[in-house]
Amino acid sequence: MRRAVRGLLGLAGLLALGEVVGRSGLAPEGYLPPTSVVLTRLVELLGDQSFVLDVVATVLAWAIALGIAVAVAVPLGLLLGSVPVLRHGTRAVVEFLRPIPSVALIPLAIVVFGMGPDTKIFLAVYAAVWPILFNTIYAMDEVDPLLVDTARSFGLNRGQVLARVVLPNAAPFVATGIRLSASIALILVVSVELLAGAGAGIGKFILEASSGSGRMDLVFAGTLVAGVLGYLVNAGFEGLQRKLFAWSATTGEVPQ
Amino acid sequence: MPTMLEVTDLGHRYAAKDGVYTAIDGLSFTVGSGELVCIVGPSGCGKSTLLRSVSGLLRPTTGQVRLHGNLVSGVPADLAVVFQDYSRSLFPWLSVQRNVEFPLRRALGRAERRERARQALEQVGLTGAAGKYPWQLSGGMQQRVAIARALAYRPALLLMDEPFASVDAQTRFELEDLLLRVRREQDTTVLLVTHDIDESVYLGDRVLVLSKSPARVVADLTVDLPAERDQITTRESERFVAMRAEVARLLHSPPAEVAAPARERAGAVVGE
Ligand SMILES: Nc1ncnc2c1ncn2[C@@H]1O[C@H](COP(=O)(O)OP(=O)(O)OP(=O)(O)O)[C@@H](O)[C@H]1O
Ligand SMILES: [Mg+2]
Repeated sequence: MRRAVRGLLGLAGLLALGEVVGRSGLAPEGYLPPTSVVLTRLVELLGDQSFVLDVVATVLAWAIALGIAVAVAVPLGLLLGSVPVLRHGTRAVVEFLRPIPSVALIPLAIVVFGMGPDTKIFLAVYAAVWPILFNTIYAMDEVDPLLVDTARSFGLNRGQVLARVVLPNAAPFVATGIRLSASIALILVVSVELLAGAGAGIGKFILEASSGSGRMDLVFAGTLVAGVLGYLVNAGFEGLQRKLFAWSATTGEVPQ
Repeated sequence: MPTMLEVTDLGHRYAAKDGVYTAIDGLSFTVGSGELVCIVGPSGCGKSTLLRSVSGLLRPTTGQVRLHGNLVSGVPADLAVVFQDYSRSLFPWLSVQRNVEFPLRRALGRAERRERARQALEQVGLTGAAGKYPWQLSGGMQQRVAIARALAYRPALLLMDEPFASVDAQTRFELEDLLLRVRREQDTTVLLVTHDIDESVYLGDRVLVLSKSPARVVADLTVDLPAERDQITTRESERFVAMRAEVARLLHSPPAEVAAPARERAGAVVGE
């Protein structure tokens, strides 16, 4: 409760600062619209059908990208985590692919996928796969050997130990990977919309507002919506994790 | 009494920084079907290593373990272990009830599993904790969950590594008597490691005294107390007092020659 209050106070302070700076005339007219103007714009936008469709487009692309990333990275992580030979064999490839910034792949993705939503989905998947993959692989090593011994002593075979000990034990780590990736995928979707343009999306909205007319009030309002989305995504996953994995002391972040 | 367990010339070496570390060496003894044998020995002498080798979790470096005459290579069927590090052996994502049901999943239906777990938890006095999670319990309670899980499984061979170390004295007495009752009712063979000399004499049909690391059998004593034991009268009986003095003597100053320990009757001085 205390933390929530402090957080709200901080937020109120920031908004007040925005108001003061916006009205002070420190920046040229229209560059830093005061908070009250941005919030008014925001309320108007939420009633604007085309803006709402932009938000829906972004959220949809994000959800699809995260779904694909989970569907690819979790099984792959389980496989690599349980078969050391495969893991060592693929290490070089992974170490080469992982550091490539997703946005550097924009031109390549456009060539392959065109200008449609496929491009941003692909790039978001690319970025979101790694935290899930690494957390899943790591999670397979994290099981206490004594839990495995306990299961074995009761006559469980390898497959049963995997299903009843290693996998449940890995779940919170995998969930943490998914939570990290959820934020990353959202950032990627909005970034690609902003950098490469798109048919619809929050990023496209911000891009259009800033270019040409240079409506900074709309830019800020759009950015605020993106920020709130990001916050909700992270908070939602955190809450879910706390509920599902209360038994786990760890939030399971992997040193990457 | 047919022989159930036969340990012959058992040795185990761990890989260590400077080469290898011999934890146990040339251990030999047998355990008859339905017997309760206690193992005492100095701290770090290799008692847990011995139990792990018997359970098939650890492959011995030398010698062999036979169960019903068959060489133990993997984990034998019908065996349960209460590990010394009991708290790490409970599944943190399962409730106490589910932890106890864990080993019963393959053999029993849902209703039967529930009932068995309920009984076992009642026996160790944890009925109220069935819905809790292991990390919500005290160390002593966790230890009792581990014991309940092993009892609910009703193994033919029960290996216990200092199973009562973390409970208070009163609970300890109750659990000791529970073990004696259960093993008589179910004809369980028990191999139990303890650092408590009194406990080894109170519980055991026999007491194996081990030497400092690498562990060898210093003495194999038969406890000639009546089968019916009682926490008060047994512990004050002359035989009991003599036996525990003997075990203590053997622990503190083991006889020099332990290579071929003779099986002694209680009271006889070993090594002369
Ligand atoms: N996995 C291992 N790797 C290397 N050395 C080990 C390992 N496990 C045990 N040891 C060593 O082997 C010796 C015997 O260990 P063990 O745990 O069997 O003794 P113990 O008699 O059960 O001790 P305690 O009375 O403390 O329970 C110890 O010196 C220990 O340090
Ligand atoms: Mg030990």
